[in-house]
Amino acid sequence: MQDTNRLRPFFENIAFDRDDNEVILNFGPQHPSAHGQLRLMLHLQQEQIVKAHPDVGYLHRGMEKMAENMIYNEFLPTTDRMDYIASSSNNYGFALAVEKLLDLEVPRRAKVIRMMLLETNRLMSHLFWLATTALDIGAMTVFLYAFREREYLMDLIEDYCGARLTHAAIRIGGVPLDLQDTFIADLKKFLEKLPANIKDYEDLLDTNRIWLMRMENVGVISTDMALSWGCTGPMLRASGVEWDIRKEEPYELYDEVDFDIPVSDKGDNYARYKVYMEEMRQSARILDQLIPMYYETTPELMAHAPKYISGSKLDIMTQNYSLMQHFVLVTQGMRPPVGEVYVATESPKGELGFYINSQGGPYPYKLKLRAPSFWHTGILTDLLPGHYIPDVVSIIGTTNIVFGEVDR
Amino acid sequence: MRKYTPKKDVQAKSYYTDRFWVAPQVAKSPVESDATFSEDLAAIKEKFEVLDAYIQVDQMVVYINAKDNFDVIKLAKEDLAYTQMSELSAIDWLADKGQFEIFYQMLSMTKRKRIRIKCFIDEQEPILSVEKLFRSADWSEREMYDMYGVIVNGHPFMKRILMPDDWSGHPLRKTYPLIGDEAAAWYEVDKIFGKEARDVIGPEIRDTARIDRYDTERFSRLGHEVPHGAAIPEGEPKTPLAYQEDGGVFLIKKFHEDDSVIITDRDR
Repeated sequence: MQDTNRLRPFFENIAFDRDDNEVILNFGPQHPSAHGQLRLMLHLQQEQIVKAHPDVGYLHRGMEKMAENMIYNEFLPTTDRMDYIASSSNNYGFALAVEKLLDLEVPRRAKVIRMMLLETNRLMSHLFWLATTALDIGAMTVFLYAFREREYLMDLIEDYCGARLTHAAIRIGGVPLDLQDTFIADLKKFLEKLPANIKDYEDLLDTNRIWLMRMENVGVISTDMALSWGCTGPMLRASGVEWDIRKEEPYELYDEVDFDIPVSDKGDNYARYKVYMEEMRQSARILDQLIPMYYETTPELMAHAPKYISGSKLDIMTQNYSLMQHFVLVTQGMRPPVGEVYVATESPKGELGFYINSQGGPYPYKLKLRAPSFWHTGILTDLLPGHYIPDVVSIIGTTNIVFGEVDR
Repeated sequence: MRKYTPKKDVQAKSYYTDRFWVAPQVAKSPVESDATFSEDLAAIKEKFEVLDAYIQVDQMVVYINAKDNFDVIKLAKEDLAYTQMSELSAIDWLADKGQFEIFYQMLSMTKRKRIRIKCFIDEQEPILSVEKLFRSADWSEREMYDMYGVIVNGHPFMKRILMPDDWSGHPLRKTYPLIGDEAAAWYEVDKIFGKEARDVIGPEIRDTARIDRYDTERFSRLGHEVPHGAAIPEGEPKTPLAYQEDGGVFLIKKFHEDDSVIITDRDR
């Protein structure tokens, strides 16, 4: 037995003195297609996987612990670091959970802006997914094309909140800023081009022989398996369950816009790819409808709840009580009522849930982050056996896992 | 006299609370106010003891006995169509009542309803795994064990999931400090250099906000540059404004402070 206590080479990849042909392959954590910090221990018979153990935790930062030691507003930028491909959707999930706890009503313009941010983030996330998955499989052109479009969206978000990756663009009770003058015009310009762009990607990939060989009938997830493993989002919809939280448990103004939920009953990599592509079109459709809705709203951006939310800048600078309240909320933090809440939102990856247990103090007593990628990584245990090594790369690609979210 | 700080809960506490302040409650409504939930509750009540049940923020919360957890969740899955286990975790009440509160967050896609099944267990009391009903519980229960040290019986692969396998302590317990405990400070030293190097290296500084003003190796001192590694507890040496790299900097032939002009007037 080797002494594992030192950083001496420890050959865990090689199992000596075995009678069978099983080889244990250590995949990751520093593997280009491991999408961050995934380590897989794969038991192989020849090239075929017979057993898989995903090993996570390399990016564990203890966010739930941090949350117990932070006031609510302080924790909001931390949520950016979960699914950092679509940070606003994490901000939003947390803000919505706290708003449910406080029983706040958000102004309509803030709702429209939030939806715009959410759908922009969904597009960014899906484009990033397409780019990296295509790159993993060898389709370099698609990677460049998709990143070009994502770059445009990141510039758009940068115009709104100043940040490109970790936006912190949503506040508890609303949004901090109104849209910039050029935002709508730029968004329109983007939406005009997007359908043609998506068609370009599909022309490159849909009937591509290599793409089909790597995607079709690879990584088939049955409906039962998807449900049992807690799969949500595109992973679940590609396995034949029509479930989108935006549609079934509508939040914000999702019940006022028209969009379809793409579903496939195949459950393989290709089905997931098609679901992602169609979701991009639907996001663009929602954004199209949001633009006229934005102009119909009045300019309030933050909920009026002096006990929990600071007043407007004008109030703070002109009214003594508002300034005092702001000071208390910044230094001590808001104190939500005693109770607990679980709020699920449809993030680009799936069901993003925040469970908050408040004991009336300025810090959450317990906060549980339900990140979809956690289970989408877990399912690899059951999904990979029977597949071959090259399939691992394409399966990890289509599960769309992000390790900021898995390890939290 | 030093202020007493409770050792059983070392998480951040508010430093000021108005003594007349009474925390408000999130409204709870009776289960009878919702037809679907009252049917579900009746089905559970028929076979199992229900300690408490109410609706809070559109979701039903049901308290059961810990020994019934597997059977109640089986009933919810097979008879009541709660086909997905969204989340499962524990809440640490060890300081108050020496117990963990376990919650199972479940979703029914046909009814579009969510329920939360909850139970209390003692610190050393094991709970039965629900992994046979929901594969998603496999990883959640591993995480619950890792973070809280809750013992789960009947789990196929009970191992830490986020923390290293040889970690000591359970990070989400209220007794565990945010910056880690004693063992955490020695973990990497022991692992990389061995226990015998402890005296030489010292414990890891885990307070990320800590800044040592005399440390000239890790902290830059903007506007007060001193040579790298200089000892400055007795005041800073006068350091001429010059490049400190050995042998000069690439492409720069010479730089003398005396020959250069420091611009103080922005509009010059």
